[in-house]
Amino acid sequence: MTTTPNALLHRVAETTGREAVHFTLDGAPASALSGDTVLTAVLTQCAQLRRNEFSGLPRAGFCMMGACQDCWISTGEGERLRACSTFIAHGMALVTGKNGA
Amino acid sequence: MTTTTGELRPVVVGAGPAGVRAAQTLVAHGLRPVVIDEAPRAGGQIYRRPPAGLAQRTARTLYGFESKRADALHQAFDALQGRIDHRPDSLVWNAQDHQLDVLHNPTRGTSRVPYSHLVVATGATDRVLPVPGWTLPGVYTLGGAQVALKFQGCAIGRRVVFMGTGPLLYLVAYQYAKAGVQVAAVLDTARLADQLAATPAMLSQPAVFAKGVYYVGWLRAHGVALHGGVRPLRVLGDEAQGRVTGVAWQDGNEERMLACDAVGFGYALRSETQLADLLGCRFDYAPLHRAHLPVRDAAGRASVEGVYLAGDGAGIMGADAAEWAGERAALALLSDNGVAVDTARAAELERRLDRITGFRHGLERAFPVPGDWAAHAPDELVICRCENVTAGSLRRTIADAGASEMNRLKALSRVGMGRCQGRMCGVAAAEILAHATQQPLQQVGRLRGQAPIKPIPIRLVPAEGAGA
Repeated sequence: MTTTPNALLHRVAETTGREAVHFTLDGAPASALSGDTVLTAVLTQCAQLRRNEFSGLPRAGFCMMGACQDCWISTGEGERLRACSTFIAHGMALVTGKNGA
Repeated sequence: MTTTTGELRPVVVGAGPAGVRAAQTLVAHGLRPVVIDEAPRAGGQIYRRPPAGLAQRTARTLYGFESKRADALHQAFDALQGRIDHRPDSLVWNAQDHQLDVLHNPTRGTSRVPYSHLVVATGATDRVLPVPGWTLPGVYTLGGAQVALKFQGCAIGRRVVFMGTGPLLYLVAYQYAKAGVQVAAVLDTARLADQLAATPAMLSQPAVFAKGVYYVGWLRAHGVALHGGVRPLRVLGDEAQGRVTGVAWQDGNEERMLACDAVGFGYALRSETQLADLLGCRFDYAPLHRAHLPVRDAAGRASVEGVYLAGDGAGIMGADAAEWAGERAALALLSDNGVAVDTARAAELERRLDRITGFRHGLERAFPVPGDWAAHAPDELVICRCENVTAGSLRRTIADAGASEMNRLKALSRVGMGRCQGRMCGVAAAEILAHATQQPLQQVGRLRGQAPIKPIPIRLVPAEGAGA
């Protein structure tokens, strides 16, 4: 099992033979593996995707199948991506709000 | 019966077990259906395929006892390439006047797809009855926990508790343990006595029953704690930090706690019925499913001419039944248009579907939805995770405004009005409303589906009355 201290998700399979994909997470350089969803790419590094607009509390998705709409994440340009059903791509800038934003 | 097949423009929505078999059957009779599916690759949720680059695991690892069926379904679909118009990554977000509005997710491009006939095979999601703390990061549905593993090779935590009830509870726990993840416990709201009482009915599908017994036995043999008859009390954790630290549950008169860093939970499945609703299909309350479902005949014909329903989207009957129902619905579509079909095969499929109903009743007895959930739901419990609507605010709205029907409750409280459109909260809100007004569940009605049935970029929404 590969693990990052603050990560929510942990890789337990398919860990080799995949290309690295470079993106930025809250402004800092980060890397994921090709075939990762945005959700996987982010939550293998930290523990949230966004904050809920109503409670202000962190959220990290729920259904993983495009139904609950809980896993939206913002891009640097202010676009919203549904993290569970969007694949990570080179150069994406993703913003979780984990630093209090 | 004057139509020729050349005039038919059948569209299949959903490429899970039902949609794939429907498409295959249409192709076998000379038609070229459009197949629209939200996923990048066909298979549905149960036979979901990992992205192309994640190829290290065998079908046996990914799908366990189901690997032969998964392989067969994937191969059947792959063999259709070139003979169908496959639209992957595509969401049907509206339906009117024999046209579907379709959003292609990766490009955000939108298109209109006309149809003469429609096979609706929209599948299911987890049935959720919230527990305090369920909005913490690290809490996922059972189906979600399974998708993380199957589709992404990831576990939702290092030490996971699985909670709720239904066949998926033990299956997902087993899959996690097999993948090397520590399963801290399986907490089942059903009692062992429920499962024993259901055994005779479940033996009508001995192979499926045997698999369930196997998972439970395997977990027990590998030292995983299994607790039955529990009432989940809360997921413990730090809301501000957003981390799960454990779960608490009621076991008889005793409150118990266990440390973990993630929770998978759910209470079997619920049907995705929004498209059938937009199409104007008639719904009835189905006691077996504790839900209002689109009505269909034994072959899958909906109340609206030219619309056929198949698979879990029209009532949870499982993947095998979905394959049969998809094929049967396609045969009905064909014969309704004067195409000669194998009537003996159609009759055989209907017999199989009828037989599985007895098993389905057994499952409901083995894994009953906790009937006292609403009575125990505390006022501060968040029911709608989109807009943070609590059980207490629902109860106040019901008492103050006299709301006794779901759409009225939605209008007044905003429950079901958020981005998920009630997919996650609708079941729980109906239970709260029925309990608070002392009505049977069937009396409170159902949330009406509305376009767009999932969020789409705002620029795509046509102005009211703008027409095509």
